[in-house]
Amino acid sequence: MLDKTLIGKSFPPLVVDVDKWQLKFFAKAVDEKNPVYFDEGAAIAEGYRSILAPPTYGVTLGCAVPDPFARAKAVGLNASKILHTAQSFEYFEPICGGDQITLVATITDVFERRRGAFKFMVEETVATNQLGQLTTRFRQTVVERG
Amino acid sequence: MKDIFFDQIGVGDQLPSLTKAPITRTTLAYFCGASNDHNPVHVDSDFARASGADDVFVHGMLDMAYMAQLLTAWVPQTAILTFGVKFGAIVYVGDTITCHGEVVEKIDRDDVYILKLKLRAVDQHGESKLSGEAQVRVHAPKDTARP
Repeated sequence: MLDKTLIGKSFPPLVVDVDKWQLKFFAKAVDEKNPVYFDEGAAIAEGYRSILAPPTYGVTLGCAVPDPFARAKAVGLNASKILHTAQSFEYFEPICGGDQITLVATITDVFERRRGAFKFMVEETVATNQLGQLTTRFRQTVVERG
Repeated sequence: MKDIFFDQIGVGDQLPSLTKAPITRTTLAYFCGASNDHNPVHVDSDFARASGADDVFVHGMLDMAYMAQLLTAWVPQTAILTFGVKFGAIVYVGDTITCHGEVVEKIDRDDVYILKLKLRAVDQHGESKLSGEAQVRVHAPKDTARP
């Protein structure tokens, strides 16, 4: 059974240092050609504090925990059967290497479809930087297929 | 990347498409470490088969990272206001992803000039894998931008 009492619950903040080396590794993994994503000098020349984190990087920061599926498990999903079905972002201030980002995740919905054959969880995460500025707010939907 | 002016873009205009190299197991191994998504279903064939898949499959967030590159090749990242996707079908190791974008609406919101884009990614057979949308801010119409 899904635990709908967790809808609206916020989890303890996750504080993550944005590692320049990992940004360079991410750029390598996605075969990024634009140097603002892996060369600090190029990023600073473009007006950023340091290497720019790419648009989807908030999810990577949110996964910087021992068990990224902890919330899904808490609502009763089977982590080994989870698929990511939707992801969206709103953007405010950019995230750069050397930043310290605080992420607060809230479960915004838990529901079933087709008599429980598909179990969904939606969560929203707010990410603020060390200056207290909102950087991004993102929404993730995962499904467990029976 | 060249400057995009609101009056020089029309509904129906296409963004330059982006085709990535075929996705290898090495790519998935890199992305596993780089993205903090350590789910073994993306990198360990034994685990993937034991859990009912034919083989390892691609992280949805890797496909979304490719789609982000379509956008950031067209406008600076700070011009992206919103970006969202739905993961429609699983992408497998060996697939080649091509990302497409099209302008579907032009919005002038109190002199903030926004283009709404429809996005889709397909594999080498043309099968749709990911769909989405984004809103990006562009320059004011060129005629009125002059001092």
